[in-house]
Amino acid sequence: MFLWRIMKDDRGGQILLVLLAAAIVLVPILNGLPSDSALHLPTYTVTLIGKYLTLALLAVAVDLVWGYLGILTLGHGAFFALGGYAMGMYLMRQIGDRGVYGNPELPDFMVFLNWQELPWFWQGFDQFWFAAIMVMLAPGILAFVFGALAFRSRVSGVYLSIITQALTFALMLAFYRNEMGFGGNNGLTDFKDLLGFNLQSDSTRIGLFIASALALAFSYLLCRYLMQSRLGRVCVAVRDAESRARFMGYRVENVKLWVFTISAMIAGVAGALYVPQVGIINPNEFSPLNSIEVVVWVAVGGRATLYGAVVGALVINYAKSYFTAELPDIWLFALGGLFVLVTLLLPRGITGLLRPKEAV
Amino acid sequence: MSLQSTMAEVLDRDHVFSFMAPQSAANLNVDKSVLLYLEGISVSFDGFKAINDLNLYINDGELRCIIGPNGAGKTTMMDIITGKTRPDSGAAWFGQTINLLEMDEPAIAQAGIGRKFQKPTVFEFLTVFENLELAMAGDRAVLQILGARISGEQRDRLDEVLELIGLKQLPQMRAGSLSHGQKQWLEIGMLLMQQPRLLLVDEPVAGMTHQEMDRTAELLTSLAGMHSVVVVEHDMDFVRSLAGKDRTVTVLHQGSVLAEGRMEQVQNNRKVVEVYLGE
Amino acid sequence: MTVRTIGGICLLSLLLLLAPLRALAEGEQEVYSQAAELLMSRGFDEKGQAIQLLADNNHPQTQLILTLLMDSRLYYNKEDDRLYQIDDYDSGKPAISITTGDRLVIEKKRDFKKITLNNQLRSQVRQIQAELGLKASDLSRRLAAVRAMLGSMDSDTLSLVRKAYAGEQSAAVREVMQVAIAIGELPRADEARARDAIDTLGGSLEPDARNALSQFASATDSKALKAAAEKALAEIEQRTNLYGGIETLYFGLSLGSVLVLAGIGLAITFGVMGVINMAHGELIMLGAYTTYVIQQLMPNHIGLSLIVAIPCAFLVSALVGIAIERGVIRFLYGRPLETLLATFGISLVLQQAVRTIFSPLNRSVETPEWMSGLIEINPVLSLTTSRLYIILFCLMVFFALLLVLKRTSLGLQVRAVSQNRAMARAMGVRSEWVDALTFGLGSGVAGVAGVALSQLTNVGPNLGQAYIIDSFMVVVFGGVGNLWGTLVAGLSLGVANKVLEPWAGAVLAKILVLVFIILFIQKRPRGLFPQRGRAAEG
Repeated sequence: MFLWRIMKDDRGGQILLVLLAAAIVLVPILNGLPSDSALHLPTYTVTLIGKYLTLALLAVAVDLVWGYLGILTLGHGAFFALGGYAMGMYLMRQIGDRGVYGNPELPDFMVFLNWQELPWFWQGFDQFWFAAIMVMLAPGILAFVFGALAFRSRVSGVYLSIITQALTFALMLAFYRNEMGFGGNNGLTDFKDLLGFNLQSDSTRIGLFIASALALAFSYLLCRYLMQSRLGRVCVAVRDAESRARFMGYRVENVKLWVFTISAMIAGVAGALYVPQVGIINPNEFSPLNSIEVVVWVAVGGRATLYGAVVGALVINYAKSYFTAELPDIWLFALGGLFVLVTLLLPRGITGLLRPKEAV
Repeated sequence: MSLQSTMAEVLDRDHVFSFMAPQSAANLNVDKSVLLYLEGISVSFDGFKAINDLNLYINDGELRCIIGPNGAGKTTMMDIITGKTRPDSGAAWFGQTINLLEMDEPAIAQAGIGRKFQKPTVFEFLTVFENLELAMAGDRAVLQILGARISGEQRDRLDEVLELIGLKQLPQMRAGSLSHGQKQWLEIGMLLMQQPRLLLVDEPVAGMTHQEMDRTAELLTSLAGMHSVVVVEHDMDFVRSLAGKDRTVTVLHQGSVLAEGRMEQVQNNRKVVEVYLGE
Repeated sequence: MTVRTIGGICLLSLLLLLAPLRALAEGEQEVYSQAAELLMSRGFDEKGQAIQLLADNNHPQTQLILTLLMDSRLYYNKEDDRLYQIDDYDSGKPAISITTGDRLVIEKKRDFKKITLNNQLRSQVRQIQAELGLKASDLSRRLAAVRAMLGSMDSDTLSLVRKAYAGEQSAAVREVMQVAIAIGELPRADEARARDAIDTLGGSLEPDARNALSQFASATDSKALKAAAEKALAEIEQRTNLYGGIETLYFGLSLGSVLVLAGIGLAITFGVMGVINMAHGELIMLGAYTTYVIQQLMPNHIGLSLIVAIPCAFLVSALVGIAIERGVIRFLYGRPLETLLATFGISLVLQQAVRTIFSPLNRSVETPEWMSGLIEINPVLSLTTSRLYIILFCLMVFFALLLVLKRTSLGLQVRAVSQNRAMARAMGVRSEWVDALTFGLGSGVAGVAGVALSQLTNVGPNLGQAYIIDSFMVVVFGGVGNLWGTLVAGLSLGVANKVLEPWAGAVLAKILVLVFIILFIQKRPRGLFPQRGRAAEG
């Protein structure tokens, strides 16, 4: 009933959820088929799709703040990376004494740097529940503090975009430093297992795929619930006429702050699911280019639709995988051209072509 | 209900619409029957004094027209009352107890001051119905609006206002698709949903036909009494019809009050004539 | 100096005096062969005589031979009994004849024998070197010679310097000589003289003066002198810090100038037109590549090519900028966020284009001679010339732009459009044309900034990306639409960066500055010098 209420006007979302459910059922079956079968789905492909799903989740988080609230964030990659680092720290601690230096307590890079003991911020990450909380808490707190400062002083528009970019840029510089205690340049890698399951095994990879699909489905429902409520309408009101909403008595900064924080937490979850599937997290994830690419996924898919963000993320990332393998020189031309073409010619994205034109 | 019957209701001085009962802050105190105090307010932009030692008192339930030439400081005055602009000096009180200078826009709005802008600003992407829903008085906290549902009572109120502003047939229309006049009315409707104690109305009839102007004048006069209404307007005919014989009209000039009194007094004031007509 | 060497010198001088008519070249030849013979003998005394012989005759090769001796690079060939310079004593390596400059290849290592010195000879050589230096006709050589002696003042050198001091004409050299004398006198002088010496040293910034003072302070028995020396030391410390501060400021200003150069074009496109151009960094990059190409076209005129590159880079970037404006941005006016995305796409395309055309590797642009080098203000403060040029260049560009915006009709129209587009249009300003030209101007300035940057860093496809965030920070920090604000913001951010660097490290300093700006924008969203008034409220 509840599900129906929030999903009834969202045809694209319905299709998406059905597809996700089908994938959760079918992918393990197809993967289990003998490898000479025509329908066999290699584990490599499963992991690749799983990775795309986490990126789609990040795109949904960005669509929440950009599509509905009008905040063009160029720094959501920072929240994604923070979630990834939180997960990476847990995976690092799981390696235990199987590292190159065999130190049961310290990760390899710390031994290499001659550190004697675990820094305070690494404490607790040997527990999965703690890491799982931090996956949401770390980006959430950063977004909350940043948002509280920015929205209260009414920084908006391009200014906000630029300082979100500066935020992720500053974090990237910081994480590149060895002294930060996050592995510097190399980041965190060489993970062995997650909750006792070997990360290389097929079953773990299927499990991660299912987790990603579920996370996307639940986050989608959460976002949809938020945006179907009056809060969602206030968001749109803020996006289109911020000062009017304020003169109507809405605390615009609080609305922005909460939605921004929730979005950052979703991005953190996406990062946490991304890291075990790609097997590494390094400061490059903070690079401003990554964050701005996400915005283009959303723009290509269609703003303020949520499912459009998913479509955009999947299409572009598939294209990226294809181009970088086949025609690496063309990829940046294509991506750059996409930025221009979509903003100029397809302001409603590719899903906008399928939707009826709104009576505007 | 047809438009005419609505207007009949509006014209009936004693008819009190349920949605018109103002909702204002609990601690609003109007013992002295003055709702708004502006005392010694000055504000300047880069040396230009937009408001210069302005003193203005609005009584509870009064309808006040404010006129003045361009650059007299009318809009800046509204900005100060609603918290958009901070004055360099002076005091602004809402009733006896609420200091407007210590509050920001949402707090002032929630205390019971509503504002209609010169240029109609509605939420173009939302429907007419949703526009009114958002304006509806109620708790504005994030968690409250997340779980908010429209009660039966509220629904009735929404319908009444929809009818009053003549958009009964178009509740699901995107506000962006309305005509200019319809947007003006929608914005007035939103003000009504907000149920403010004090309404600030900036040039409400700009771009309206004469017929629409008359309707607006009637609506505004009917609101006075329950609410205080401050109307800023250029159009002299409209002000004349609003002010009638016994309402006060204030003339602003160069950021301060040039003259105050009944329409005919003001019109015959030598200084006012000079300002408007030159030497 | 031993008695015997002095005797030797006397004898030789006598011989030389007796033959005054001999042709100079011939005499030199004679002296050289004598000295060479003496050097090749085993005894250190003979070697000493040889050294003295060379010095007294002011033989042109004295300097070289002494230097080689001190560095143990002087060898003689047992076969032909000639002196050779050998930098790397191994078979197969070259040996260079001292007299003729001919190159031999060392066939057998044992053919050559190193000419060795003992400590006594070393000090003799040092002294002669100093002496020669003090007599040199070239002022900078004299100065360098006195400086070199500061660290090793003893009674011999002291008397040498004293003697030279009497005949010295240059005030700068005399000043350093005073310091040298004071260093020499300090340990040996009576109280009154010591005080004078301390005063002299306290006024000097030479590191050796400081060492001498601190040595004296710890060695002296007199409490009063010790206190005086310590006071002088403290003064030196203070002034060294001051000059250190000036140096930091200089570094900061030069970094700031780079930031201003990078940001000022953006201040025009963003500030005046309200358009976010994410491809701004790539326009800078294009300017840098233009410099590179022009240098490739005229490889023999490095300095000239740099000057030619300035208008070329301006044109290239301006044309690309105008193309961007006409092709994309004009369709997006009033939609700043979309503009941001589209121009970001353009920046990716430009980067990849450069990668495809010039390869992804960095290209280095040569610095002309007149831009490299140091200007030495005093012993603790020397300024690099290239940085000075950058600062001057930045100011020139800034004031040229200011002039264009304030004094030309284009500037007037630009300002009119930026303040009230509709009104300007109503007054007959062709706002489209103004937009394109403004954008071209801002982009062109970015190209000019690229020329300057090519002198500081390698030119590569990522050059622009490194500066885009900085540029925005400068513009936003200074207050949008305010060129002076951009100048002040750029310079102060540069200085702040350099001030923080010593104790925070370069990366952390950058992070701190970024965080500061993030906080600052939140406190004052309109920057340092905001535009106020109703128009700005928007």
